Amino acid sequence: MKTWHELPPGAVITEPGSSRNFKTGSWRSYKPVWNEENCIHCMLCWVYCPDMAVKAEDGKRCEFDYDFCKGCGVCALECPGKKGVKAITMQEEGA
Amino acid sequence: MTKMIAATGNEAIANAMRLANPDVCSAYPITPATEIMHIFSGYAANGEVSTEMLLAESEHSAMSACIGAAAAGGRVATATSSQGLALMWELLFIASGMRLPIVMGVCNRALSAPINIGCDHSDSMGARDCGWIQLYSENSQEAFDNMLQAFRIAEHMDVRLPIMVCLDGFITSHSIESMRWVDESAARAFVGGYQQSIPLLDIAKPASYGPLILSDMYMEYRKAHEQIMAKVPQIVQEVGAEYGKLSGRSYGLFESYRLEDAEVAIVVMSSAAGTTKDVIDRYREKGIRAGLLKPRLYRPFPYEEICRALQHLKAVAVLDRSDSFGASFGPLYLDIVSSLCNQPQKPVIINKIFGLGGRDYMPDQAEHTLDELIRIAQGAPVNSVKEYIGVRG
Amino acid sequence: MLTPLNLKELSKQPELFAPGHRMCTGCGAPIVVRMVMMAAQYPLVVANATGCLEVSTSIAEYTSWKTPWIHNAFENAAATIAGVETMYRSLKKQGKINDEIRFIAFGGDGGTSDIGFQSLSGAMERGHDMTYICYDNGAYMNTGIQRSSATPFGADTATCPVGSESQGKQQQRKDLTRIMAAHGIPYVAQASPNHWQDLMRKVRKALDIKGPKFINIISPCNRGWRTKTNDAIQLSRLAVETCYWPLFEIENGVTSITVTPREKKPLIEFLKPQGRFKHMFATENAWMLETAQQHVDACWDRLQREQTLFVQPGTSE
Repeated sequence: MKTWHELPPGAVITEPGSSRNFKTGSWRSYKPVWNEENCIHCMLCWVYCPDMAVKAEDGKRCEFDYDFCKGCGVCALECPGKKGVKAITMQEEGA
Repeated sequence: MTKMIAATGNEAIANAMRLANPDVCSAYPITPATEIMHIFSGYAANGEVSTEMLLAESEHSAMSACIGAAAAGGRVATATSSQGLALMWELLFIASGMRLPIVMGVCNRALSAPINIGCDHSDSMGARDCGWIQLYSENSQEAFDNMLQAFRIAEHMDVRLPIMVCLDGFITSHSIESMRWVDESAARAFVGGYQQSIPLLDIAKPASYGPLILSDMYMEYRKAHEQIMAKVPQIVQEVGAEYGKLSGRSYGLFESYRLEDAEVAIVVMSSAAGTTKDVIDRYREKGIRAGLLKPRLYRPFPYEEICRALQHLKAVAVLDRSDSFGASFGPLYLDIVSSLCNQPQKPVIINKIFGLGGRDYMPDQAEHTLDELIRIAQGAPVNSVKEYIGVRG
Repeated sequence: MLTPLNLKELSKQPELFAPGHRMCTGCGAPIVVRMVMMAAQYPLVVANATGCLEVSTSIAEYTSWKTPWIHNAFENAAATIAGVETMYRSLKKQGKINDEIRFIAFGGDGGTSDIGFQSLSGAMERGHDMTYICYDNGAYMNTGIQRSSATPFGADTATCPVGSESQGKQQQRKDLTRIMAAHGIPYVAQASPNHWQDLMRKVRKALDIKGPKFINIISPCNRGWRTKTNDAIQLSRLAVETCYWPLFEIENGVTSITVTPREKKPLIEFLKPQGRFKHMFATENAWMLETAQQHVDACWDRLQREQTLFVQPGTSE
């Protein structure tokens, strides 16, 4: 741990977005699983995620960022899916 | 040397602020500091300063805005008294904790209740542990000189702490005294431009001010603050010497008046020191070796230097213009005692509380004190370590 | 070139809010903040009142903010950002800074409607060019769910708990949005994270207007509302559909409802999933459900009638 000599003046944090170094994924009890076949890439899961845990590329979603996903399930609930079948299901973590 | 003019303490503070040309001034009126704002707002309205005025709806918001503005990255100044300073209390710690060099004039005034607008040091003394630097001024000249130096001290890159320049409410703030300004361009050059440090407005380098610090690191931050404060006396002296070259008036940590060969002395701050010096002169004429020490830098308190200055005396009276209202001794007394308590050779030290709520400090109060010190120096026992003087009953 | 408000395009932009923050699982506040930051079309400086958002996004050396950010105290986010904005104007006037920057303050309902009210009112009155965004979760959540002036009627909170003598909060919510509108500021709005496009449009509109703006955004809190971790968006949707949280804006004094629910749902659909309203469904508390519904209806009715004041006869809404 840092000694008093090593601290930034006034406790000011100069590395923007440094919270990335704190992996909240360990909080999960349930984890979202993405079934790409049923995904229409509406991107609602991406915009509604409180933890920015839905990765996106070129306007389409990719895998979950399990480093940060807390398993809240908002994405699974909001997912419209394809023809009534969701593209995201919640599974017990570690199961 | 510029010519002798007449000005009040408030005019002096406002003029020093004008010369320092802060980028933002956020203030709220309160007697007796209000006038500083009036005068300074006049400067702003006439384009004599580049300052953007933020006329906050309370002192709490004024200091909040000062903190935002200082963190944004520019020179910030304000002024207040009494209840206003009290309302800012939580923010004073935040300003110093965030290392923001805000400069504030404080016209010392009593605290409610009872409500009173007279001179009293309770306000700034109540804030003595908030991590700000504190300078005390005896008169309008010192108020002006201290306010100019304050920007240099606070903004020094090894310091970066907020500072309050205290002057006696009404006695100094509103009384016209003879004094001198300094040459305009020399003064501006002395104060210099503002150097930014991690400004919020540098959008290319986003910084976060004010994070939560838990028990595993908070104390280290306080230790760091302590170490910064330790550098301040040296810088105060350097700036004071430099200012001496500019103005002909040098400043140090405190004023010693006829102290070196004194046997008894009074320690007192601000305008009462002026009255006391006159009484000391009269006692000296009678052959009594009396002296005075007038603290200027009160926070951080220069314990070692003051110890050296007072050690040789037989008896010292510390006069406080504020008190812990029966619960303890006066704050200046506690600091003076702390500076001497571990010395094998030290004077007897007594505490007088005077001048609360604008009660006049008259020469007879200084005489009463000196007479007692003389008796103590001759071996008489101390009747009471602490006494309220100038009070009925 | 401004990113169009569609999710595909928005997802290609770098985000200004980083993961790794310590907000609760499923919290509505980071969803709201993310959307606001995503919508912003200018560089930002943010001030944040003490509260859940502040304390969870900046701890020790970890910050979730990728814009300059300042936390000062609980009740002064508005005064703080006013100070930053004033310094900006000063330095710009002196030619020391050229960037176009916008100033946003985030505060919870506690730090905005109660302890922060004076500071907010003062800043709005002085006309600073700033946007204040209140994330309204209806109580002082960070300190353990104590009632605020924004807590809805009947809610069970830690300081107005349901007991044998009293049944939760007895006062109606203080209508902060209207109070802000009464300050005569150029733009005031209500938004909800489920209607993300409406929310983002409002943020962009606000940032383009010069002067003080205020946006009140509902922010479900599954801890304080006693719901599940996955229903933040669902509940914010129900809040709009029951007209508990109407989506409207008042621009230069002109009111317009921006989202009218296709079918106005009964309030109990919003209340029922929330444990904090559980006691209101007891038979002896039927009057509470009625009171709550009447209040929502009266506010919605007034809002609709207010809107007609500004519609010219012969034109469509």
